Amino acid sequence: MSDPRVHQADAELEAPSTRHQSQWRATVSALLANRLAVFGLVMLTALVLTALFADLLIRQPINAQNLADRFAPPSSQYWFGTDDLGRDVFSRVVVGARVSLQVGVVSVGISLVAGTLIGLWAGYRGGWIDTVWMRAMDVLFAFPVILLAIALVAVLGPSLRNTMIAVGIVFTPIFARVVRGSVLSVREELHVRAVRSLGASDRRIILRHVLPNVAAPIIVQASLSLAFAILTEAALSYIGVGVQPPDPAWGYMLSDAQRFQRQGWWLSVFPGAAIFLSVMAFNLLGDGLRDALDPKQRSVIESRGVE
Amino acid sequence: MARYVALRIGQSLLALLGVSIIVFALMHLVPGDPVRSALGTRFTPELYAALVERAGLDRPILVQYFDWLGRAVTGDLGVSFRTGQPVALALGQRVGPTALLAFGALIVGLLIALPAGIVSAVKQGKAPDYAANTFSQIGVSLPDFWFGILLILVFARMLGWLPPGGYASFADDPAAALRYLLLPAVTAGVVTGAILTRFVRSSMLEALNAEHVRLARAKGLPWRYVLRHHVLRNAWIPIITVTGLQLGTLLGGIIVVEIVFSWPGIGRLALDAVQTRDYPVLQGAVLLVAAVFLLLNLLVDLVYARLDPRIRVGAST
Amino acid sequence: MSIDRPSGDVVLSVRDLEVSFATRRGRADVVRGLDYDLRRGETLALVGESGSGKSVSTMALTKLIPIPPGRVTGTAMLDGQDLIAMSERDLLAVRGRRIGFVFQDPMTSLNPVHPIGRQLTEGMRHHLGISESDARDRAVDLLRKVGIPAAEKRLDDYPHQFSGGMRQRVVIAIGLSCDPQVLIADEATTALDVTTQAQIIELVNQLQDELGMAVIWITHDLGVVAGIADRVMVMYAGEIVEEADVDELFADPRHPYTVGLLKSLPVLGAFDRDELAAIPGLPPAPTDLPAGCAFHPRCAYRDDERCVSERPPLREVGGDAGSGHRIRSFYEVAEDDRRAAATAGIAAPEHREEDAS
Repeated sequence: MSDPRVHQADAELEAPSTRHQSQWRATVSALLANRLAVFGLVMLTALVLTALFADLLIRQPINAQNLADRFAPPSSQYWFGTDDLGRDVFSRVVVGARVSLQVGVVSVGISLVAGTLIGLWAGYRGGWIDTVWMRAMDVLFAFPVILLAIALVAVLGPSLRNTMIAVGIVFTPIFARVVRGSVLSVREELHVRAVRSLGASDRRIILRHVLPNVAAPIIVQASLSLAFAILTEAALSYIGVGVQPPDPAWGYMLSDAQRFQRQGWWLSVFPGAAIFLSVMAFNLLGDGLRDALDPKQRSVIESRGVE
Repeated sequence: MARYVALRIGQSLLALLGVSIIVFALMHLVPGDPVRSALGTRFTPELYAALVERAGLDRPILVQYFDWLGRAVTGDLGVSFRTGQPVALALGQRVGPTALLAFGALIVGLLIALPAGIVSAVKQGKAPDYAANTFSQIGVSLPDFWFGILLILVFARMLGWLPPGGYASFADDPAAALRYLLLPAVTAGVVTGAILTRFVRSSMLEALNAEHVRLARAKGLPWRYVLRHHVLRNAWIPIITVTGLQLGTLLGGIIVVEIVFSWPGIGRLALDAVQTRDYPVLQGAVLLVAAVFLLLNLLVDLVYARLDPRIRVGAST
Repeated sequence: MSIDRPSGDVVLSVRDLEVSFATRRGRADVVRGLDYDLRRGETLALVGESGSGKSVSTMALTKLIPIPPGRVTGTAMLDGQDLIAMSERDLLAVRGRRIGFVFQDPMTSLNPVHPIGRQLTEGMRHHLGISESDARDRAVDLLRKVGIPAAEKRLDDYPHQFSGGMRQRVVIAIGLSCDPQVLIADEATTALDVTTQAQIIELVNQLQDELGMAVIWITHDLGVVAGIADRVMVMYAGEIVEEADVDELFADPRHPYTVGLLKSLPVLGAFDRDELAAIPGLPPAPTDLPAGCAFHPRCAYRDDERCVSERPPLREVGGDAGSGHRIRSFYEVAEDDRRAAATAGIAAPEHREEDAS
């Protein structure tokens, strides 16, 4: 590690930072040239801003009941109408963005970190460690995502926190596979073999050579997984094992809406549209990122088809 | 071929063993005493003791696992904490409706994906291609349960054409069964169709641009013949593969769709089991679905091997 | 258009063939005014770099190119019938029946999911209206003819069970299956190793003697040409730049481009763009052809304003009138250079083994 040759070789073999910068710039411009990706990015920005400034946007406290105005249709006062307790649907949808994004980001964060660690470990070490981890990941793949999430929540108990943990576990194998695949190819690349032969430590090789090279597929996968995570959370909340009231999760709102469909169509429409648009934003961005970073990777549709 | 089949079967059995460990472990990760919490207000010392004994919860964990596994292999998945009914029996009653819904959804998905994917590939870059791409882009982002709720809103509540949920057996009343099936099958089928459309399109494009298609055209064969025997015949190998894999994914989606439409299938059963903490039933449902999932993957691989002569007939060169 | 040779046994007569494609960068003129006659039993080699239009010009004969964006004009008389004016339906009866095709890559020209017997018989059954068992008998004969051992046992084998050379023999058998008058072989030996290449060329020569068909042999490899062709047409930027009998072309090349090709031959054999040491520069894009002679930007013999502004006609050159030696250039290559190139050309076939691609 203290061998100066290693540092020198590192400096020589590593792509100069200017190259990284220009690659980054090329990626961004390729992304901005993709109309669908830009559309996704705009929707995503709107979603994040909504979540961040929810408190300023809401028109009523989300749990304020106004029994005189039950099932009021959309109007200038109640943009998205009111529900069975006279609560303002618009305000609840706005705050729901925060819940959805929070679950998405935290659970994908969990699976990203866990999956990356497992993938790095398995791919870099190889041998039986690799075999055991990848077989274990195969086993997790044998469960339909939603069923595994239901079972996990059943064990942990339904709550916001446990939903995030369950979704995080469910998506871990995807990251582990993506990272392991990249590690296997990077490991054999000339510059990595060169610094290794000069005695660089594993830690150093992983941090400085392997991780930067697997960053692209991880970023793409993260964006696509965020879409699935939001979808999964919404489904869990809808069937009643996800986020619990009084937190206004979109999925949970839809479950209520179904009971009062006769009284108000708007209850069924707006929370669902919010889920749909959020999922689409991440999907479009993920597809765009993939095209910009690595055109060879499969599209969101294909990766979802064989999940 | 025989070696390949043996290898794939071996892999699937190994995965199934892993699945059984996870399913078993799940119940033992439940905080507190699962039997006591399941019994709730029905608690009596006798009932409690009987259930603990029946579930074998008083013995060492490894013994419990192998006991459970041994019985599971023979089809004995224990008894429901709630009803005392054998789990296998409860599952058996629910398999039919779930299989029916899965089949219906697959038909709907294929009815959408085959024409859309084929036309979009043959008319690449033209209006039908854009239409198909837009549809599949929307379809993959569409939450299936929301789509189902919207269908109920329009076709059951507003138009009153179809029931908002429920189930009738085909044996009892085929017409009613079809009416109940339609909306859930469309719900799960549209999302599946969106995913499959993209696959059909890319398989078709690959097949259309193959050099052997150019030679087939140069033989003077009519385009319809070429399309059928040299394009579709080649494209449907990957299409069948993906469709089979999709059937596994479909099972996951169907769990939620069953809940939207009060469809008495495995998904509904699993959710009820979660809500009533009926862990043996939940365990059985999860194990069954995972096993079916693995079996489908295995079948798909074997069918693929059967269809592709490059695998079926070993290379001699 | 000054071809005054006997035309009694002409099978295919092409006049003013033009092929263009509508592209995003404007119209691409890929083939520009091709004239030639193909006689019974003759082998005509079409030589040129990739993109010179040699392949497209033959695919266009039976409209095996996408139309639109492609567009084909001119005439191509096959036995008194104009192929260019034919409907798609009538063309179906020409493709594979009266004109057989062999393509470059034997690994991909055959459909991996059908046994080769079926791929051989489907064309025969369609064109000749014979029964499955007759077609299979014929297929066995054909496979024997192209040198596949134990032919009757191999009909139900799949392409992946054959080696590359054997597969190309199967593809040739498909091309020959309906006794075509013309066989178009598009880079038919390019993907093969040198030994197999020689065997296939020998096979086609022998079958041609036996069956009396005419062959259009498309290649970028002048070395192959020397071994198979009776007559050679060199194409550049969609035009014929030189046409001559094979011996004459190698002994007495006149067009600056042909001379450049021949000079590059002994060292390289296959002239890929970047290996073309003898000719500086690149061929023009078909969307952006230079005015005047298409070759002028790269030509060492460019002399006056004419080369830049006026398209040279295809004119007869050489000693004997009626030899059919034509070039499309205002100026001929100087005597010394011709001799140098000719020496190189003669040396070429012996060097094939080292530089075959």
